[in-house]
Amino acid sequence: MRDARGNIRRLPGIRLWLSGGWLTFLVLAAIFAPLISPHDPLAQDLFAGRLPPFFEQGADPAYLLGTDSLGRDVLSRMLYGARLALIVALVAGTLTCLIGASLGLIAGYYRGWVDLVISRFIDIWMAFPPVLFAILLIAVLGTGLMSVIIAIVVIDWTRFARVVRAEAMGQGAMDYVASAQVAGRTRFGTALTEILPNVLPTIVALLTLEMGIAVIVEAILSFVNLSISTDQPTWGGMIAEGRTSIYQAWWVLVFPLFALFLTVLSFSQLGEGLKDHFDPVLR
Amino acid sequence: MQIVRALLTRLITTLITLFGAAIIVFVVIRVVPGNPIAMMLPPGASEADIDRLKALYGLDKGIFEQFVIWISNVVQGDFGTSITLRQPVYDLVIGRLPATLELSVMALLIAVVIGGAAALTATLYRGSKVEGGIDVAGGIALSLPDFLWGLALILLFGVLWPLFHISGRISPSLGFEFSTNFYLFEALARFRFDVVLDLMGHMLMPALALAIPLAAIILQLLKQSLKECMHDDYITLARTKGYAESSIILRDALPNAILPTLTLIGVQFTFLIGGTVIIERLFSYEGLGNMAIDAVINRDLPLIQGIVLIFALLFTMVNLVVDMAYAALNPRLRHA
Repeated sequence: MRDARGNIRRLPGIRLWLSGGWLTFLVLAAIFAPLISPHDPLAQDLFAGRLPPFFEQGADPAYLLGTDSLGRDVLSRMLYGARLALIVALVAGTLTCLIGASLGLIAGYYRGWVDLVISRFIDIWMAFPPVLFAILLIAVLGTGLMSVIIAIVVIDWTRFARVVRAEAMGQGAMDYVASAQVAGRTRFGTALTEILPNVLPTIVALLTLEMGIAVIVEAILSFVNLSISTDQPTWGGMIAEGRTSIYQAWWVLVFPLFALFLTVLSFSQLGEGLKDHFDPVLR
Repeated sequence: MQIVRALLTRLITTLITLFGAAIIVFVVIRVVPGNPIAMMLPPGASEADIDRLKALYGLDKGIFEQFVIWISNVVQGDFGTSITLRQPVYDLVIGRLPATLELSVMALLIAVVIGGAAALTATLYRGSKVEGGIDVAGGIALSLPDFLWGLALILLFGVLWPLFHISGRISPSLGFEFSTNFYLFEALARFRFDVVLDLMGHMLMPALALAIPLAAIILQLLKQSLKECMHDDYITLARTKGYAESSIILRDALPNAILPTLTLIGVQFTFLIGGTVIIERLFSYEGLGNMAIDAVINRDLPLIQGIVLIFALLFTMVNLVVDMAYAALNPRLRHA
């Protein structure tokens, strides 16, 4: 663990700095949203509807990024939307990682019938379009933060399971695993102390990618109005609203879309960077 | 003999996967909180009506028996009746499937053309700024999903520079009567190129949104395979014969480098089809995915179930065809 962290600190590349910078900024913005939001994200002002952002004619300086059709402040809604996006990224990403990676590790190391069952489940999962599966789950579970997180974990655990299974299989065939066995380590102990540390870099890189995917899935679900309660601001919900009024008020769509772009791009660049960095061939 | 056995094994695993998918759908649908019967009847229905409908759908029986009844109906193509549209789910799903298939195939073609052309160009100008530029573009294309590309395209070519339609499948003003649901195919076959143009104008943006991430994947893999090929002896031979670099890449390197990319395209095609669900919604395109989201919003469970099952069938079939094509194309497996 310690030297993995040491490596991250020495990561080169402007892309990774930019990605890390944007995500740090986003985390701070989300944490301090109640302090820095200029307005209540839910407060409607029908007399201030569809005000353009500050650089356009007819803007109100109190509403920096303009307002939507109900006169709600776009900037404040984006700041509160960042909270939800990051909570989903963190919680759903981590849970998906824990469940998927554990199943992959078990399947890849223990092989036999356990592997057969888990692999069959992965095959079955590959038969469903992920977004449709998520929407179906929300239809059944009802909307809400918990449902969104459960849906993401259920549709995406295979992403970890597939990769970790293949890696664990490769590692399991190595001599150092055999010597651990000879030294009298239990199977479970070997999996935990020998295999896991060696597949951990891959898992960390995948987790970063998964966080970006979780943000997108949440945005898609709120775009079709199936995420959390409708009165809570989300980027996807703002984008859906902006899509309908795109010719009258482009800013309602563009600003949250831009934030979503940067966030997903950052997670994925960070993940790709970590993947390259940990790649034994490149190392 | 061995190839027959491999084929049979593959068919059996496909059937197991399909059966498993059916079980998952059944389980998910039946854990719905709330009585599915109550949703089918108007409020204030009598006890007797409820019982009659329950018996009709077999809901008064045990869960295992219910599954047997359900699966035997599904196998016969009986997915029940849509609650909101009051038509057989089978007819609705089959009616919408062509729109989704046309969109998916169009997106696949675009992805192959863009990704292939980019890979060939990057190989031709390898080591130069052109390759660097293509790599950066490919990296960004790969990092963002179809949903975001769709929104970006709507902004660029729907609003800022309105070149294409960003909503629907065909302009109603054309007043063209189709006899099938394969609109594009039919318009082509009937030589109505005005209709073809209108259809393409509607399809291009959603298809491009679906194609961009796949094009980037094709670019990366094909470029890598081409690069490895360029060090082979037959390339040096072709060079000493004095052929132009571009014709060497096309005629000698490409045929040798393409197999991994073809397999990958097959695998990725199911992901692309999966993407149509949200892309159709985004562009109000009248396909299966758009209908699925409406069905979920209206809690029309028989319809959702039918659509999910059709997608599962489509995906497993695509995977099966890809595996068989791979076996047919790969000499090592062909002669095994």
